[in-house]
Amino acid sequence: MSKEILKVNHVGMKFNLSKERVDTLKDYILKLIKGQLKYDEFWALKDVTFSLNKGDRVGILGMNGAGKSTLLKVIAGVFKPTEGTVTRGGKIVPLLELGAGFERQYTGAENIYLYGAMLGYSKEFIDSKYEEIVEFSGLRKFIDVPIQNYSSGMKSRLGFAIATVVDPEILILDEVLSVGDGRFRKKSEEKIMSMFEKKVTVLFVSHNLEQVRRLCNKALILSEGRVISFGDIDEVSAVYEKMMEEDPDLMSGKKKKRKVMNR
Amino acid sequence: MKKYLHGFFRYRFLLNELVKKGIKLKYRRSYLGIVWSLLEPLMTMIVLTLIFGELLGKGDKTFPVYVLSGRLMYSFFNLGTGAALRAIRGNAAMIKKVYIPKYLYPLAGVIFNYIIFLLSLVVLILVAGVLGIRPTWYLLQAIIPLIVLFLLTLGVGMILATVGVFFRDMEYLWGVMSMMIMYASAIFYFPEKILKGSNGIILKVNPLFGIIRNFRAAIMGEPMNVKYMVYAAVFSVISLIIGVVLFYRKQDEFILNI
Repeated sequence: MSKEILKVNHVGMKFNLSKERVDTLKDYILKLIKGQLKYDEFWALKDVTFSLNKGDRVGILGMNGAGKSTLLKVIAGVFKPTEGTVTRGGKIVPLLELGAGFERQYTGAENIYLYGAMLGYSKEFIDSKYEEIVEFSGLRKFIDVPIQNYSSGMKSRLGFAIATVVDPEILILDEVLSVGDGRFRKKSEEKIMSMFEKKVTVLFVSHNLEQVRRLCNKALILSEGRVISFGDIDEVSAVYEKMMEEDPDLMSGKKKKRKVMNR
Repeated sequence: MKKYLHGFFRYRFLLNELVKKGIKLKYRRSYLGIVWSLLEPLMTMIVLTLIFGELLGKGDKTFPVYVLSGRLMYSFFNLGTGAALRAIRGNAAMIKKVYIPKYLYPLAGVIFNYIIFLLSLVVLILVAGVLGIRPTWYLLQAIIPLIVLFLLTLGVGMILATVGVFFRDMEYLWGVMSMMIMYASAIFYFPEKILKGSNGIILKVNPLFGIIRNFRAAIMGEPMNVKYMVYAAVFSVISLIIGVVLFYRKQDEFILNI
């Protein structure tokens, strides 16, 4: 088949959870003296391995806290994995938490440049796409108004318009198919669909199996940071449906089997 | 190394945008805009001259230039390190979302304050001209303290940026420490008497003191104090190395703490 574009190789992500947050020097020194500086290790991801080819659309399924968002952030490069590697073969556009990260005091127009620069666009590129972004966001009337006066829906619309103006090779979606009002949602879905048709590789988090079946050709199930199942959508959704019916205890049973397989 | 340089060029536009953002936002809400950063040191200069001129200035006619040059340099150091200290936490929302080399944030914070500082030197030139100080060849030496000041601020700023992520109270601690540095920089008094005494060491260990002293010498047309300048330069380069190494070692943990 076509070439491999994303390779996630034995990725593990460890968090140090302290029972009480120590984030001042005073607390740190006091706790150090008292010998109370203990952390609980928590592996949000453990030994995650899979690879995607160009044009694959994979749905990531799993319970809350299974590590789905952490996995997306590791792939996007925001988190550096504690162990293992991620190899990316092209430009990644993450559509995560749209609208977060705008400069509140900046106007919409200024934020297009700032945010675009953060996503790695060049000035010339933004200049040439500026009209398209404003048009798509439908915020022309408000483009010279500071972002702090925008509603959250308006912010997501602008964020979506800026992030999707490029043709990415890898698109990361964290349940953002519900952006803005009904009209904009339709528009954003169409945009994503048109990206799908351009053979972009998609990673897509969802709780909704129906949606995943409709959009994806592959799926991956995460549970407690481990890959339970990865493969063609039909196979995996069968596993997922079975999991949903059965009791969570069985999931941990599967996990143990998996562990043996990997070692 | 080549990789880093490549990365730097790739993100030049972003660095540009971040610097622009710092300057723009600083003056967005103020009526006078950038004029404010010229007026403010001028006003402090007048206040300090009125209060300390007779007492500490010994009636020197050029005392306003003395005060203003020290005050401008200290204020850049203070604002630049402060901006770097808050750089990571202040941009947490963005850092959690998109991958960007994180050093760009403290670097942009220091650069934008440096640009404002350079602009505000116009006031110094005007005041010096009015008070009859004429440029000499020694003025060319001013470039050295100006460069060393930038390196020192960036170095200390990188250290603070790293520490500031893990310890929130660093901001208050640094507030107190930078006040101490201010008093040990001889901004509004002549240091000769102290330098001769046993407490002179307090001034001598402070690299900012040597930088300001040499900057003033360049303006007033006096030769450079090489000993102070070399000490300040070495101090700055070492703090920059520590800052960069510390930052690179710890930057992957930032995200878990903001």
